[in-house]
Amino acid sequence: MSAVAGQVAGPGEPGAPLLEVRDLGVSFLRRGRPPVRAVEGVSFTVEAGRTVGLVGESGSGKSVTALSIMGLLPRRGVATAGDVRLAGESLVGLPDAALREIRGRDVAMVFQDPMSSLNPVVTVGLQLTEVLRRHRGLSRPAAREAGVALLDRVGIPDSRRRMSSFPHQLSGGMRQRALLAMAVACRPRLLIADEPTTALDVTIQAQILELLAELVRDAGTALLLITHDLGVVAGVCDEVHVMYSGRIVESASRRDLFRAPRHPYTHGLLGSIPRLDTPRGTRLEAIPGSPTQVLAWERGCAFQPRCGHALDVCAERSPELVDTGRHRLRCHNPVGDPVGARS
Amino acid sequence: MTGPPLTPVPASGPAALSPGALPLPEDEVRATLKGDAWRRLRRDPMAIVGAVLVVGFVGVALAAPLIAPYSPTETPGLGQVTPTTIPGPSSEHWLGLDNLGRDEFSRIVWGARQSLVVGVVSLLLGATVGIVLGLLAGAVGGWVDVVVMRVTDVMLAVPGLLFAIGVAALLGASLLSVMIAIAVINVPIFARLLRGSMLSVRESDYVVATRSLGISPGRVVFGHVLPNSLSPVLVQGTLTLATAIVDAAALAFLGLSGTDPAVPEWGRMLAETQRFLASAPHLAIFPGLAIVAAALGFTLLGESLREALDPKYRR
Amino acid sequence: MLRFVVRRLLLLVPILLGLSITLFAWVRALPGGPAVALLGERATPDAVARVNALYGFDRPIWEQYLAYLARVVRGDLGTSTTTRQPVVDELVRLFPATIELTLLALVLAVGIGVPLGYLAARRHHTWVDNLSVVGSLVGVTIPVFFLGFILKYVFAVRLGWLPASGRQDARLFTDHPTGFYVLDGFLVGRPDVAWDAFLHLVLPAVALATIPLAIIARITRAAVLDVLGEDYVRTAEAKGLTRRTVSRRHVLRNALLPVVTVTGLQTGLLLAGAVLTETVFAFPGVGSFLVDAIFQRDYAVIQGFILVIAVIVVLVNLLVDIAYGLIDPRIRVAA
Repeated sequence: MSAVAGQVAGPGEPGAPLLEVRDLGVSFLRRGRPPVRAVEGVSFTVEAGRTVGLVGESGSGKSVTALSIMGLLPRRGVATAGDVRLAGESLVGLPDAALREIRGRDVAMVFQDPMSSLNPVVTVGLQLTEVLRRHRGLSRPAAREAGVALLDRVGIPDSRRRMSSFPHQLSGGMRQRALLAMAVACRPRLLIADEPTTALDVTIQAQILELLAELVRDAGTALLLITHDLGVVAGVCDEVHVMYSGRIVESASRRDLFRAPRHPYTHGLLGSIPRLDTPRGTRLEAIPGSPTQVLAWERGCAFQPRCGHALDVCAERSPELVDTGRHRLRCHNPVGDPVGARS
Repeated sequence: MTGPPLTPVPASGPAALSPGALPLPEDEVRATLKGDAWRRLRRDPMAIVGAVLVVGFVGVALAAPLIAPYSPTETPGLGQVTPTTIPGPSSEHWLGLDNLGRDEFSRIVWGARQSLVVGVVSLLLGATVGIVLGLLAGAVGGWVDVVVMRVTDVMLAVPGLLFAIGVAALLGASLLSVMIAIAVINVPIFARLLRGSMLSVRESDYVVATRSLGISPGRVVFGHVLPNSLSPVLVQGTLTLATAIVDAAALAFLGLSGTDPAVPEWGRMLAETQRFLASAPHLAIFPGLAIVAAALGFTLLGESLREALDPKYRR
Repeated sequence: MLRFVVRRLLLLVPILLGLSITLFAWVRALPGGPAVALLGERATPDAVARVNALYGFDRPIWEQYLAYLARVVRGDLGTSTTTRQPVVDELVRLFPATIELTLLALVLAVGIGVPLGYLAARRHHTWVDNLSVVGSLVGVTIPVFFLGFILKYVFAVRLGWLPASGRQDARLFTDHPTGFYVLDGFLVGRPDVAWDAFLHLVLPAVALATIPLAIIARITRAAVLDVLGEDYVRTAEAKGLTRRTVSRRHVLRNALLPVVTVTGLQTGLLLAGAVLTETVFAFPGVGSFLVDAIFQRDYAVIQGFILVIAVIVVLVNLLVDIAYGLIDPRIRVAA
């Protein structure tokens, strides 16, 4: 099992989580201007068979984190720091050929927009069988049969005929199903889903999420779900990490996060979701302001300008990630603490 | 053989992997579009080279009487020219002499004036007519639009140079014919451009709103379409000037610009000196280089303008 | 798909009509009128009057137009005042030369332009890419007649590697069954003749190919760059497919679509450029004959040749359009 051969270590590795992200940092270099630090000091793990949610607004760095794990960021103009390990083997610095072995076979990814994620001039069937033939070495007829079975599995009707359809002949929901089929075709051990339902109609969203949950459950696949929608997280994930301006600001199990969110940002996010039992006429609570990207954490906490819980120290010193047992928090003054108790 | 450089396929689809797709930091929000364009232009090497060539060309053309040591018809070197030898560049005559003993440098300089006039006049003529037609087609719509579209279709179906040849042959060989011919072949380009601008503005939500408020179409045209079309027209105009210079030279090369010896034209100079290629290549090289330099200047400038004015356009 | 083709064909009709009207009007607008076009500039007023009566040039204009249209459809484009031969005959005699030239130029333009554009796109932001951008801009701007001169001077006059003019060495005299000299050489069992004909094609074809090459390289580069940024390429990468598969099936298959269209559109440029190129290289094709006709005021030839060239361009554009519809499944297969 060497990194060169691209073989992922078996479950025999004692105690090693399936995916381990350690201190990941990603900066985009710009000509003549300071680099944009999209991700900084991000660390989390995904255990085999578990579902982990990565939550944040656009610009929080969640997608960049996912792309970095997959090694899909461009080589030029991007500086990466930290480590990403899949079943104990480091993915950072692996040669291109090795990464291509791992992608699609051990780790797979689905993206946000199903229309643009499919090659418009190639049939759905071919886009499906190419993964099967690439990683499982199937012959053409065998791959076609497996493809039909996969389309059935993801709930696409008339699957045999659909194999020769082109993407533009399918609806948005069906396209995303097809993409899910391509992702799980080789039974990867980890599936990363980046906003898989955001581009879809509301009615379809629930169906796709259900399908996703079903697929990972049946195959025992670990899932890293990236979204801005806390509702999605609540239904699917075992653990949640909340990101803001490139850093993780809160991590907890699903129960703990939703029952008692401690970071003011998480608290605000949950508070801004309208609930069925909210009396009519109650104002929606929005978090004022919008995230910045430049030097966000240089002058203290990045969330401070928008935080209703901010103390003076929040504008001076950037908070560290602290483990309180049930939560990991990056905050000088979390919700639920008496004001001034932390310094 | 020229045509405006075809526009590459416009960028489509999210390019989420490029750093440029990330939101810009707030403290770098640009003040004006023009200011930002100017800044980009200043730093662009292509724009600088283009500008240098253009300024050089225009400068030489305007200052011809001051720069050229001789008039285009003077023959200072008559004695030095024999049927077998035509002197090349020397300290006395920087670009050498031509087969009639005239100073080549002066002729090139005076030729610049020619090319500039022809280029600018035909551009202005063609652009004006084209813009008016395009605006009419877009604004009035209906059969006017259909007619304009069909006519431009036909005009664009014939290769530009051939059409120009036809027009110039029709009007008789003269400089004026060349100017008119080139203006004519550029009309459909500008007409289509403005029609497109007009149509897209017409459909925009903003304009639909103004219509419901009863604002006159004239205000819409002058207040909204024209300012929005300014950038593409500027870019197209610059690029068209480049092709006009080359097309004019081509028509002159074919003898359609008349044979007045007092008016040197780079294209015609190339045609007249074809037979001296072996003995006096400098007679063909210098006019040719001049054409390339002038046209290249405007092309480079036009391309950099296009990139500077449209932030989404990738070169 | 069928609807697509039919619609394109219908669009053809007004364009062809428009072309014929334009050229018809062109001759009528000449100083002296169509009689002068027939007889030449030195016609006496008597002769002009006789011709007017004979050919019905005094008839109502629309009647004349219909008669003209009828003649054109029948293949009668008039008679050349310089060679006294029917214009159509001259066209048929000369077209093979121009076709050989244009074909070779097209092959060069595509064969060099596409790989160049692809390479430049893959090496985006490196010196290779920047050089190609500048190179294609220069290539588009250089007047083909000047380029012809330079090529002639360097390769024919100075280096003597290639012939400077004509289609064939005058000393090699053979039959020409098809009019395509390179082909004929093989048909009559004289490969040396074919080779000689080919050598004569090289310089003019290179000069002619330059502008289309620059354009094709540029469009290819732009198309490949666009496609490289598309989500489906990212999906292909995420699937762990080999570089080759991603390049062929996902990048190129999409990027080459606009390239096909652009290549087809180069026909017009090539034919127009052939006019100038043939003049520079004294290559006896349609182009140089047309230029001579301009100098000689042979209006029948000018009108007839331009009409035919324009019709060819329009037809080729139509074919390219249809071909594109066949290649792109979004058009070929209804949603």
